[in-house]
Amino acid sequence: MSRRAHLAGVGETRYARWGKIGDVTEHALALEAIQRAVADAGLAIDDVDGLASFADDRNEAVFLAAELGLPRLRFANMVWMPGGSGACAAVANAAMAVETGQAEVVVVYRSLCQGQFFRFGTGGVDASAPPPPRPPTVQQATSLMLASLGFAMPYGMIMAAAAFALPTRRHMHLYGTTSEQLGRIAVTFREHASRNPRAVMGGKPMTLADHQASPMIADPHRLFDCCLESDGACAVVVTTAERARDLAKRPVEILASEQGAPKGMAFGHFTNANLPDELYATGGGEELARRLFGKAGLGPGDVDVAQIYDHFTGCVLLQIEDYGFCKRGEGGPFVESGALSWPNGSLPTNTHGGSLSEAYMHGLNHVVEGVRALRGESTCPVEGAEVCLVTSAACTPSSALLLGRR
Amino acid sequence: MSERFFPDGMPQPLADAISLPFWQAAAEHRLVVQRCTGCGHMRLPPAPICPECRSAAADWKRVSGRGEVYTYTIVHRPIAAGQQLPFVIAVIALAEAGGVRIISNLVGVKPDDVAVGMPVELVWEDMSAELAVPRFRPRRD
Repeated sequence: MSRRAHLAGVGETRYARWGKIGDVTEHALALEAIQRAVADAGLAIDDVDGLASFADDRNEAVFLAAELGLPRLRFANMVWMPGGSGACAAVANAAMAVETGQAEVVVVYRSLCQGQFFRFGTGGVDASAPPPPRPPTVQQATSLMLASLGFAMPYGMIMAAAAFALPTRRHMHLYGTTSEQLGRIAVTFREHASRNPRAVMGGKPMTLADHQASPMIADPHRLFDCCLESDGACAVVVTTAERARDLAKRPVEILASEQGAPKGMAFGHFTNANLPDELYATGGGEELARRLFGKAGLGPGDVDVAQIYDHFTGCVLLQIEDYGFCKRGEGGPFVESGALSWPNGSLPTNTHGGSLSEAYMHGLNHVVEGVRALRGESTCPVEGAEVCLVTSAACTPSSALLLGRR
Repeated sequence: MSERFFPDGMPQPLADAISLPFWQAAAEHRLVVQRCTGCGHMRLPPAPICPECRSAAADWKRVSGRGEVYTYTIVHRPIAAGQQLPFVIAVIALAEAGGVRIISNLVGVKPDDVAVGMPVELVWEDMSAELAVPRFRPRRD
């Protein structure tokens, strides 16, 4: 019987606005999500022998394994990529672990309680703080990351909203992409969220006029072009076909996975102004997309539903071009056509509402929704869907999955 | 001291031994870009070896700071107390440096007037006696 990797369970805690979960620690929330995903699969916690996560996780697998009382930990892994770039890669690594016999049941998790730490986008910098007591000078960088950020931070390049505005602005210059077209993405995902009881913004409808009236954060990003900041946790269970066969829910196959970065990408636009011209106004994922589809023997036309990492609306548009759903430069008219809308669009996308409207879980919730979409459990169900594309953050190193129901 | 555009509380540059020479030159109002002496490739941020030919031999080429806006964003949220808003972060393609680009700010321009392709020139901002930060403004000649 096959060791082919499948997703057997998904789970999450409640999702809330950032800082709103203060009564439970971030690692306790992780445990809750892991337990729910394992229960959803019809497995027991004692069956779990691997844990995997991705960049910047404060909740180290070895501690969670002890807190969960796992009888044995055989696989503990974290992806080296910034922020939400590695959600799909973490699933891929879990898949490699079970397919090669390093572990039998691996749970991929993400837990975020920003109010208990510092808020993303500030870099820990307090804009209201008084100036430094000593005159500004050059400080010692204590890591490679900080040395690289030395060529960004003195210019105020701290917010993700500013960094990711750069490729989108270039795209607007090259192809005439408009703010209204970006707004269409935000409005579409909000409509999807309105059907999803888990969605933080489920009860808050948005029109294109609302989008256009929302305050500018980092031009061309208005407030409603930016993802949420959320507290909560989610998890997915990866195991073999053999193990998944008789479990509670129909398993979802990982048809293909890819992770990585084109030459010179480093941390993406935060630190790198020197991506080649032909890559600059893209999500950087064209080659990754070709490898992904090639592995599965599929093409963009085979994708029935997509969960595309939406840190910012512009990055969604760039990825749609990267993955070949339309030609380079035509992302604006493509989204304007209603292509991303459930149920009538050609590519219903972020059927949970995405990071823009469900919750910001660094994109692991996009994997959760990918599983639900193929089980027929989504609140925006795409009838007969057999193939779902899931992507992680773009305009940085990235990763992606093709999930399938066969 | 130069004209000031940003407050003292802006994040200060962080550097290691590889990148420190950039800031040492900046303190003397020289904008420099690391150049591979093996193949001539210009690189920014600085790095230990050339990503094109892997040579570790490099020097620092001084550039005038003339260039053009490659892309930009207009930021409406403060980074430091007392900061004027909005402010412009731009990617500048430097004219004499093989097209190498630098992240910086545009100053002395109305944000609405910023455009991709706008010709710019270097302006130094002395943040203190020890620290000068390169910014850019629309070309005046």
